[in-house]
Amino acid sequence: MKKLLTLTVNGRLREDAVAENTLLIDYLRDALGLTGTKQGCDGGECGACTVLVDGEPRLACSTLAHSVAGRTVETIEGLSTAGNLSRLQRAFHEHLGAQCGFCTPGMIMAAEALLRRNPQPSRDEIRAALAGNLCRCTGYVKILDSVEAAARCEDAAGVAA
Amino acid sequence: MGALSEFRLMRPASAADAVRLRGEFPASRFIAGGTDLLPNMRRGLVGTEVLIDLGGVGELAEMRHELCHNRDTLRIGAGVTLATLAADATVVSSLPALAQAALAVAGPTHRRAATLGGNLCLDTRCQYYNQSEDWRRGNDFCMKRSGNICRVAPKSNRCYAAFSGDVAPALIALGAEVELLGPQGLRRLPLADFYVDNGMNWLALGPDELLVAVTVPLVPARVSAYEKIRVRGAIDFPLAGVAVALRRDGDLIGELRIACTGVSSRPEFIAGLDELVGKPLDDAVLAVMERHLKRGIQPMETTLASVPYRRRATPALAKRLVRRLWDEARQGA
Repeated sequence: MKKLLTLTVNGRLREDAVAENTLLIDYLRDALGLTGTKQGCDGGECGACTVLVDGEPRLACSTLAHSVAGRTVETIEGLSTAGNLSRLQRAFHEHLGAQCGFCTPGMIMAAEALLRRNPQPSRDEIRAALAGNLCRCTGYVKILDSVEAAARCEDAAGVAA
Repeated sequence: MGALSEFRLMRPASAADAVRLRGEFPASRFIAGGTDLLPNMRRGLVGTEVLIDLGGVGELAEMRHELCHNRDTLRIGAGVTLATLAADATVVSSLPALAQAALAVAGPTHRRAATLGGNLCLDTRCQYYNQSEDWRRGNDFCMKRSGNICRVAPKSNRCYAAFSGDVAPALIALGAEVELLGPQGLRRLPLADFYVDNGMNWLALGPDELLVAVTVPLVPARVSAYEKIRVRGAIDFPLAGVAVALRRDGDLIGELRIACTGVSSRPEFIAGLDELVGKPLDDAVLAVMERHLKRGIQPMETTLASVPYRRRATPALAKRLVRRLWDEARQGA
């Protein structure tokens, strides 16, 4: 049965009629067309579907859409402003943090939550924050480099670019 | 993975309302973090007509000190997330096994959603059960879901799926109790008695009861730790997990409590260790401990890792933890 769902997605307040058994990932991808959030293992084991709910990372494949009613959801599409990449997106691009790119939106969203909480994380803190995000291409070194570079970038500019 | 079947979603505002709804709709399930239940529903392992979402029940997320049986006790609501538990100052300093166990569950994103109650009530797991519907159909299913026999022990008349929660053994070693709310009111149970050695029916929880809180005594001078064996450093369930709580009286053992997970259908409190109290920790004592551990666990082929490995690794892990805590307790004294 469909019910009215009110929430904020990427800064925009929405009201949609959504079936009660809809997962957050299906609502984002199918109803809103936000296909940047990836469906990976689809069982909560890979982190590719990571989005932010009230600023904290959350697995969209293991979350009911109605359980985030009234809350603020951010997806990878919400990070860039006026066509400019965010600091993490730019760092992943410049430091080759993405290879096939499938895990990248989840990696970036988990890293985004980390940098907001802890702007200068150590390498171990980055590892711990990304421990639930799997990548089958890179061996993780470039991903860790990218997050470190993004943290430095914020440091250099004083504020998030 | 399959889509979710049709269900109604209800969101009570109090634990009493949640229990009332559970009584009103027998074909219902409670859901909190959903990190285990939703994937299981999508694999066709769990069916339900009504989901009762506990996310709006504020009282379940409370943590406070209270006096219980005349002892200083920490009461932890079942809705407290594992991330909150792992970072709580009292838990980290006074109940390290609990903090370490909470931190050992899955990955950081799961722990922000997953709750204490959900981890304690975690469905039992098996390599023949936690699979897609097509996979299981190809193997004629198993008795835990849609089939007739246990694939792990085909001649047995019971299911051997393994309890694989990390937090339960830590809390059992620490002597915790659970508070269960039902239509008749609240009842308390030692956590070890909350479990049954049966992969299909592993909780002593009535059909209309809700686990609302856990109480853990804060015992001075007691040290504790939890460790698990797993393939990867994150996300994986334990192949075996061991929790130890120990108190040292000078050079003698004052108290030794051990509980294991992943090695039978319930978290196992290792019986018989009382005989070691009053003795020094030497090789003879460790050998006795190992004998009790081997008697207390029964790993079956529920994981890809072999049974002999898990049988040998469990006491090895326990001995390593006991030695470490023994030194830690001396330094603390």
